[in-house]
Amino acid sequence: MAGTAPKAGKEGGTGYRGIVGPLLLPTWVMVGVFMVIPVLLMAVYSFLTKEFRGGVIWDFTLAAYDQFFLSRGLFGDEPPRIEWTYISIFWRSIWQAALATLVCLIVGFPTAWFIATRPARSRAVWLFLITVPYWVNLLIRTVSLKFLIRDNGPLNESLMSIGLIDGPLPLVNTNLAVQLGLFYSYLPFMVLPIYAAVERYNFALSEAAADLYASRWVTLWEIVLPIVKPGIIAGCILVFVPSLGAFLAPDLLGGAKTFMIGSLIDEQFRGSQGNWPFGAAAAMILMTLVMIVLLAYARAQAKSEAR
Amino acid sequence: MKIFLTSSTAFALLAGAAQAEGTLSVYHWFEYIPQELVDKFTAETGIAVTIDTYDSNESMLASLKAGKLGQYDVAVPADFMVQIMGQEGMLDTFTPEEMPNFGNIAPQWVDVPFDAGRKSSIPYQWGSTSFSVNRDVYAGDISSLGIIFDPPAELQGKINVLDSQNEVLILGSLYLGIPQCSTDRAQLQALNDMLLNAKQHWASFGSDTAKDVLVSGDAAAGMIYNGFSAKARAEGANVEYSYPKEGHVLWMDNMVLLKDAPNRDNALKFMNFLLEPENAAAVTNYAAYTSGVTGVEPFLDDAIKNSPENNPPADATPGVFAQACDAETQKLYDAIWTNLKK
Amino acid sequence: MKGVRHYPGFLAMAVGCLVILYAPLIVVTIYSFNDSASITTWGGFSWRWYADVFTGPEAPRFKAAAWNSITIAMLAATTATAIAIAAAVAMVRGGRFRGKSATFALINLPLMVPEIVTAVACLIFFSTIGLTTGYMTILIAHITFCIPFAYLPIAARLTGIEDVYEQAARDLYATRAQAFRLILLPLMLPGILSGFLLAFIISLDDFIITNFVKGAGMETLPTAIFGSVKQGIKPNIMAISTMMLAVSVLFVTLSYLANRIGQRTRS
Repeated sequence: MAGTAPKAGKEGGTGYRGIVGPLLLPTWVMVGVFMVIPVLLMAVYSFLTKEFRGGVIWDFTLAAYDQFFLSRGLFGDEPPRIEWTYISIFWRSIWQAALATLVCLIVGFPTAWFIATRPARSRAVWLFLITVPYWVNLLIRTVSLKFLIRDNGPLNESLMSIGLIDGPLPLVNTNLAVQLGLFYSYLPFMVLPIYAAVERYNFALSEAAADLYASRWVTLWEIVLPIVKPGIIAGCILVFVPSLGAFLAPDLLGGAKTFMIGSLIDEQFRGSQGNWPFGAAAAMILMTLVMIVLLAYARAQAKSEAR
Repeated sequence: MKIFLTSSTAFALLAGAAQAEGTLSVYHWFEYIPQELVDKFTAETGIAVTIDTYDSNESMLASLKAGKLGQYDVAVPADFMVQIMGQEGMLDTFTPEEMPNFGNIAPQWVDVPFDAGRKSSIPYQWGSTSFSVNRDVYAGDISSLGIIFDPPAELQGKINVLDSQNEVLILGSLYLGIPQCSTDRAQLQALNDMLLNAKQHWASFGSDTAKDVLVSGDAAAGMIYNGFSAKARAEGANVEYSYPKEGHVLWMDNMVLLKDAPNRDNALKFMNFLLEPENAAAVTNYAAYTSGVTGVEPFLDDAIKNSPENNPPADATPGVFAQACDAETQKLYDAIWTNLKK
Repeated sequence: MKGVRHYPGFLAMAVGCLVILYAPLIVVTIYSFNDSASITTWGGFSWRWYADVFTGPEAPRFKAAAWNSITIAMLAATTATAIAIAAAVAMVRGGRFRGKSATFALINLPLMVPEIVTAVACLIFFSTIGLTTGYMTILIAHITFCIPFAYLPIAARLTGIEDVYEQAARDLYATRAQAFRLILLPLMLPGILSGFLLAFIISLDDFIITNFVKGAGMETLPTAIFGSVKQGIKPNIMAISTMMLAVSVLFVTLSYLANRIGQRTRS
């Protein structure tokens, strides 16, 4: 994202300075009207009163946030204490997303490194192969994965037929399956930015380190990682943010048994709960979390550029 | 820029225009009407039918409230939901004169408590909800709801439960012997605790997936509708549907005329079409439930008519219909459901 | 020379990566040619599920969904690309102006807000202003979230084009419009093509937002497929998946070629 930061035009100019406003107007209108205003409206909705089974009443209240953070017992008349239900749903989603990010990093970094160190021609082939799945519909990829790992799916059947296991491995409808789904969905997001960073890395630095008797792994840790760090962080964010609000993987691979952030919000609008203000409040909290992560990233970025 | 916007508007108008005449917009349960029957209706009347599907009464209601009311002509809520929608003012009314086949409604289904005299709805199908067990996996006694709520070791971790608040909570109440719409705190607490404890043995929540998980073997037992279980059996799963001793849920799905229906006349034509015994029987032969229309018998497949799912044993505990609780009581049940799914 | 680039085990990781990414897709492709109606047993090679997609009982539904998906993706990608071209020219060639970084944030906003949040916000917005959900609401939502995807490749390309060519043209009395049409636009073309293809595939791919803002009787391919797979992964779904897979591969190849041409023209 930062790579596209505009460069200042030369003094002579190409004549676009005077019409910057009209050129940007469509963007302002589209994103402003259909993105910014809806999000603001959603913020307003999170402070409204819920109507029985869907819809809102225009009375301002903190009820949605109260429901999120405070518990008053099953019947709502006990003294308030901290409600762990939703916090733990968020915590579980954050944990799942973080774990998916970590696994993607552990697998993605060596892959990116390997690709970046290929000769130009085979590098192009590798890159092509890594990008293709990203262009394939996420729903189709998730469904394919589910088909592969179900109890009598091809994976379990073939493992059983060669006698490696006696009964099917219980994969589908587990947290492991959700993990696998997230990992599988977003792996290319991790590989590509790291690849871009490693590609720009000057291997003379590694050679210098080797000349000074640093081992491979010490070089990797001490020299390479600090330099390619921006690529790693960008990759982590590209995996973490969509994993956090993921809906398809928990729903199709996790058996919709436990709520994740995405399904919790979905349930308030399209499911049986029909609690719009609460759904809006949960969405606001999710967005706040993501914004905190992105701001931290922007600040780290600014700091490293200043250095 | 302008050209793009103009052309996209033109597309949108085109898409909108197709809806104005000779169409019917149906909001229906998944896998509940055979395509051949819809094609037959279109062939007879020239009316093009579009069908969207939902997987629970509650999600249908939520979706209609989220701005879809006024876009659909008819929907197919269960008994208690007809009552709720009526109270919410979401239904339009018609007179028997507007529907020549009105007299085909089976007499016992005309004066129903949820729509006295059938002013907004016609019977679609009725059936029951309990559970089925794969007999290859578990051969023991399945006469109790304990199979779902306190499962034997063979079935633990292999149970699918309907993603439907109403049915899960009623079956749970039946298991504990608690009345519906209870406001007794001890009873509700017990229901809450029992469900939470049972959940550790469940593999998944899903209504539209309920048949497939049994057929594919992803689940060995599951809460299910009687006809859906019959279809699972027909698709090769060795499943047996139970009429448990604690009781089961009875329901009647009804086609209702929605308020602000964009094609009211076509909707009435469609409802009238579905009251034709031959057509009602076609739905039954497809969905494997029971019709609420008189004179369907000659058109029914024997396999459906005589299925064990549709013919409870004579000594079976009778089923119960869902009650629509008032808003305050409903809140308590909503809380239990949220607590269960968290 | 090879020494410092080589790390033991990295090749295995890369190969493992490809296996994980491709195994499900390959399995589904193979099974889409399975003659057996039961998806778990192999009954010989057959095209029957492909025929089923076009002539089977669900064919009208999938045809309508495919038509919606393709027209929406076409219109959304075209409009978003047009908007993104204008924005990129302003941002890259417009010099310094007030609100530039705010505009940059605005363009990228749809990338930063989680999809489920956008979906909820759109639903609330459309329902509040009383706009009936349907084709138009899906299109509007798609145009909006496609803008950054179209913008990024275009701006990246434009940043790499020095403005000396346009300045030379302007010095020779070309109007601004002429300089844009005859000089800048052809130079930007690879970026525009990349941006368009990316936006197209993003629109075609979208499930969550579409599912929230679609109206009665409106399906796109992803929502239609989602509805079907809930009732079991059937062979005809695998056939559709395989066809969409083929379309994706075609697109990524096109975009790859566009980039190659772009690199050649630049050097």
